[in-house]
Amino acid sequence: MDSFDILVSILGSTIRLSVPLIFTALAGLFSERSGIFDIGLEGKMLAAAFASATAAHVSGSALVGLGCGIGVSIAFSLVHGFASITNRGNQIVSGVAINFVAAGLTAVLGQAWFRQGGRTPQLPGEARFGPITLPGTDMMRDVPVIGPLYANVISGNNLLTYLAFLAVPLSWWVLYRTRFGLRLRAVGENPGAVDTAGISVTWLRYRAVIVAGFLCGFSGTYLAIAQSAAFINNMSAGKGYIALAALIFAKWKPVPVMFACLLFGFLDALANFMQGKSVPLIGEVPVQIFQALPYVLTCILLAGLIGAANPPKAGGVPYVKER
Amino acid sequence: MSTASVPLPNWINYALLPVVNLTLAFLISGLVVWIIGESPYDALKLMLQGALGRGEGIGFTLYYATNFIFTGLSVAVAIHAGLFNIGSEGQAYVGGLGAALVALAFDHYVPWYVTMPFAVIAAAVFGAGWALIPAWLQAKRGSHIVITTIMFNFIGAALMVYLLVNVLIVPGKMAPETRTFLEGGQLPKLDWLMALFGLKLGPAPFNVSFLIALVMCVVVWVLIWRTRFGYEVRTLGLSRSAAGYAGISYVRTVMIIMLISGGLAGMMALNPVMGASARLQVEFVGGAGFVGIAVSLMGRNHPLGIVLAAILFGILYQGGAELSFEMPTITRDMIVVIQGLVILFAGALEYMFRPAIVRIYQQLVRA
Repeated sequence: MDSFDILVSILGSTIRLSVPLIFTALAGLFSERSGIFDIGLEGKMLAAAFASATAAHVSGSALVGLGCGIGVSIAFSLVHGFASITNRGNQIVSGVAINFVAAGLTAVLGQAWFRQGGRTPQLPGEARFGPITLPGTDMMRDVPVIGPLYANVISGNNLLTYLAFLAVPLSWWVLYRTRFGLRLRAVGENPGAVDTAGISVTWLRYRAVIVAGFLCGFSGTYLAIAQSAAFINNMSAGKGYIALAALIFAKWKPVPVMFACLLFGFLDALANFMQGKSVPLIGEVPVQIFQALPYVLTCILLAGLIGAANPPKAGGVPYVKER
Repeated sequence: MSTASVPLPNWINYALLPVVNLTLAFLISGLVVWIIGESPYDALKLMLQGALGRGEGIGFTLYYATNFIFTGLSVAVAIHAGLFNIGSEGQAYVGGLGAALVALAFDHYVPWYVTMPFAVIAAAVFGAGWALIPAWLQAKRGSHIVITTIMFNFIGAALMVYLLVNVLIVPGKMAPETRTFLEGGQLPKLDWLMALFGLKLGPAPFNVSFLIALVMCVVVWVLIWRTRFGYEVRTLGLSRSAAGYAGISYVRTVMIIMLISGGLAGMMALNPVMGASARLQVEFVGGAGFVGIAVSLMGRNHPLGIVLAAILFGILYQGGAELSFEMPTITRDMIVVIQGLVILFAGALEYMFRPAIVRIYQQLVRA
């Protein structure tokens, strides 16, 4: 393979690996911008992956799978909302609990229902989201440079991939150009002011966590029935936390979130590509470096070496209306 | 009137509320078992028999409990300063490196009781070292400690796998682990302690680390409730601004308490690394750092409560292992579900029943 082909293949897998990060980080964006910390992204993603794979297996339809994935993920985010908004519990503790329950339940139910060591049965092609070939791919294929990029990176992805990249401008529009978005950002900075304006802090925050659950439903579904063809035990494998890091790396803004996710997806793709290969002068680069790099970069950012990252002011603080 | 500010007697706050929350968590766990198609009653019976039925079961239960005492204390001291250390997992993992290096260096030359103090110090120093940067970022930069400690868990895991696969591995072997420590690098089992109660330990790895854990409980109690620094820590935990006006340095207090928290987490490594497997292995912590969160919450951040909660989780772990052996449809992951539910109900939803209990209590008092 010449170096251009290698580049195209790495970029292709960068896109595929970034998609779950983008959905999840946008989920975190809505939740955290409204002042609700969400450590439970990982768990919601995992629960959605299991639900979508199970539903797709039973119904034979990818869309039913997506629907169930979203439903279960929203149910988990409502638990988070009930604990942290209604009961004013600790949001971190609630998120940790959700991660545990999701990790445990998916494994226990998977084994009890399917008895394949926590896997769900392999899905046939029609129960998954298959690749979509964009128009003009054949025509473009012979054009140098742009052709292979279009054919292998932009075209040929599944529906959820295109939705992920659509969700970015849509999230921006919702957050910065709608009344709901303005209020959502306000409630994350100063809930008292929002309350004084006669708007319900509770209902606004509930809507934010529901949106977060909705988006996590997409990312989990993508993992189980678009990227793979079954649910595998603990298949989210820390992606929820990488998405959280990407969210911070992007300073809680939608478009930078996409770029941060693409960067972390690229690091992941590079790690897969570099496995067992040696670099001239340096030798073999350990995979663990790539695994740790997203977190190291985010910590460097937090140390103030790449500008400041200011979280929403009211984040993590339950709102108390009465005294 | 809001019920949040009504004072309740201690027996309700520290006994009744946790018991109610815990009962609910177990009821829902039972529901999960029932959905799978097994009898929750039989499952509970098997668990209790497996954990407490024989000397060996008790030995395993106390072995797991030892891990959770250390990580529970680690989480608790940070909570007293209003900090949430989610990084006990990573700090324990890196602490294992300290313990293993001492054991590898000393085990040829000296008996275990000479190795032990150095190993304790090394494990604590390595664990504290892994908490240093998150502590600094919190104290100086205001970065949320939860976020940074989560990230350091992952960085620590990557680092340890790298070291075990590339540096510490025995040449020619496939398994990413160090060589087995000789007797001088192992912590002896507590057969004699079990024998006092007429029990046989068998192959259970219940060892001297348990006693170190109990000593640490006393040390933490003295530190938090009987020293000037502990008073400063608790003041900071209640109100940062009050602590500031009282002249308590935020940076200094945060740094020191996080180092202590990391050190306690690091010491947890003594138990599995030097007490049980006598070598450093990949992922030896196995989630004990996260269990520490549940243990600390349930134990109300007090050493006595932590010991009780740690034993309860020890029963869950050992009983869960026996249960998955007897009832193959219920995997060991059931423990993770129970753990999650305990964290949810005893932690995040701890005040769910408070308004109701306050109302009942007020009626009873009036009557």
